[in-house]
Amino acid sequence: MPSVAARKPRPKYLSLRALLFEIRLPLPGWVSILHRISGALLVFPFAAWLLFMLDASLNSEAGFDKVKAYLALPPVKLGVLLFIWAWCHHFCAGIRFLLLDINKGIELKQARISSFFVLVISLGLTAWFGAKLW
Amino acid sequence: MNRIVVGAHYGTRDWLAQRITAVVMAAYTLILLFVFLITPAFSYGAWRELFASGWMRVGTLLFAFSLAWHAWVGVRDILMDYIKHDGLRLALQVVTLLLLAGYLGWTIQVLWR
Repeated sequence: MPSVAARKPRPKYLSLRALLFEIRLPLPGWVSILHRISGALLVFPFAAWLLFMLDASLNSEAGFDKVKAYLALPPVKLGVLLFIWAWCHHFCAGIRFLLLDINKGIELKQARISSFFVLVISLGLTAWFGAKLW
Repeated sequence: MNRIVVGAHYGTRDWLAQRITAVVMAAYTLILLFVFLITPAFSYGAWRELFASGWMRVGTLLFAFSLAWHAWVGVRDILMDYIKHDGLRLALQVVTLLLLAGYLGWTIQVLWR
């Protein structure tokens, strides 16, 4: 009687299907991949977008008013909300990685708990800043 | 035996730089957040004045410089991990460098106008 593991087809190659539906990431894995995704989003487009708004808002009073009106538009607010999440997640996950670097919380159980807190705190902060924004 | 076997030896330097720049940006973020929280609504004059002060200009420049360095290490790591084609990876790395240099130049232009 072969075991369950033995009957699985091996080797298994990565596919979009496998990535989306078959591979289950543990919480620290989610923190890690979201750290990458949020980082990439912050570099582009968010940094360019914010610089553009900073430029316009400091250039003239008319530009300042334009940016203010622009930021009041609902789709723009949604974009800002995504930016806030990316920033908060990158910030919280980054602090966790800095602590891991100095060997704080490297045991499996602690690492899982801290990654849970990173996910929850960054979502909570996003909700709080989002509420202030609206 | 002191024999270096592999690599271009930029690993530790980049690793350290990414962490130092992260701390600089985290500090700037908290300071800016504090300024925003104690200022309910910015008028154009107050907004301009904030970015006209010396400490804010230097702090923001330091932030922009840290961002460029930090992002270069991070984006290069992502490209090295996922882009297997050498030519495409090199092209994307050049685009990233130009983009980050552009951000830095743009920031300086915005701050000292």
